[in-house]
Amino acid sequence: MPTTDQTLTEILNLAAAHFKVPREKLSPDDDFFKTLGIDSLQTLDLLTKLENHFHVELPDYELQGVSDFRTLAGKIQARI
Amino acid sequence: MNSVQALSSTGKTMSFAVKDGIVELVLHRNPCNEIGSASLEDLESFSETLQRAEQSVHAAIIYSDLKCGFSAGADLRELYDRSQAMEKSEAARGVREFLERIHHVLNVIDAVPFTTIAAVHGVVFGGGFELALACDLIIADKTARFAFPELRLGLVPGFGGIPRLKRDIGNAVVRDLLLTGRSFNATKAQQIGLASQVVAEGEALRAARATAAQIAKFDPGTSAAAKKFIKPIPHEELCQEIEIFCDLFSRPAVQAGLKKFVESEDAQPYLP
Repeated sequence: MPTTDQTLTEILNLAAAHFKVPREKLSPDDDFFKTLGIDSLQTLDLLTKLENHFHVELPDYELQGVSDFRTLAGKIQARI
Repeated sequence: MNSVQALSSTGKTMSFAVKDGIVELVLHRNPCNEIGSASLEDLESFSETLQRAEQSVHAAIIYSDLKCGFSAGADLRELYDRSQAMEKSEAARGVREFLERIHHVLNVIDAVPFTTIAAVHGVVFGGGFELALACDLIIADKTARFAFPELRLGLVPGFGGIPRLKRDIGNAVVRDLLLTGRSFNATKAQQIGLASQVVAEGEALRAARATAAQIAKFDPGTSAAAKKFIKPIPHEELCQEIEIFCDLFSRPAVQAGLKKFVESEDAQPYLP
């Protein structure tokens, strides 16, 4: 089982690749809506990518109020 | 006009054409195939063609060529704008008429004697999900995400979603999806028996065409008899759904929910 830090790193790598943002521009505590410049539909797209990547199911209501990568990693880690 | 031209149409929101016995309906209304009055007219044209083509077609495929996905569902902006421009009773009549027309269209798609396939990707929400549910098979690529978000607006799905979902999968799963309004991915859709195939990103249409070609090998009369036997249309529940939707739609909370959605500058209107 990966550590939370490993999960966080994988999320950052995946988000950078998927939304074509330089990886070095993404930090764990960034607001991903602002940093990635994504709307709600693109956020759901990211959620699907994360679920497929980590083989977890994350109901979208668990994302309520979540806007930074670190908290997102914690939500995913709780379901791995 | 030859028979192929007669069975082809380019509408404002979608287009369809027949090739090698397969009707393909492609949804192409920006931003994400929201279903409003123009889409309904195009769907009515499509359903009339399906009925005319029963003898010459062995399968139909519905897909979207927009990147965002299959469909984000009903056009809530149009629904809100129209309801604001009318007296309350007139708006209620308009909603009921719209629902009855779209139910008729989806019942036709549901019941045609040949096989219908929804090839979906990305957002498959609300009315878009209900359009897919009217089809015999759902083939989803890995980007597909399904949801009935209507409860967030104080509504239930209105295009036949609940009765068709109840017909196709277990009631406990229906309750989970409906009462939480949560979205779920293609893998989950396959696990619960909703999607017949899950394929790689961008491969749903190819897989649907391969499936349609396989179906063409069988006697159409036998396929029609099998479909009629295993896929009854839940007419009574569909009528009940219209009544529940219309009853809920008249409540002030729904108007407030629609207003909030339409006027939202939040980047997350599709998140709970």
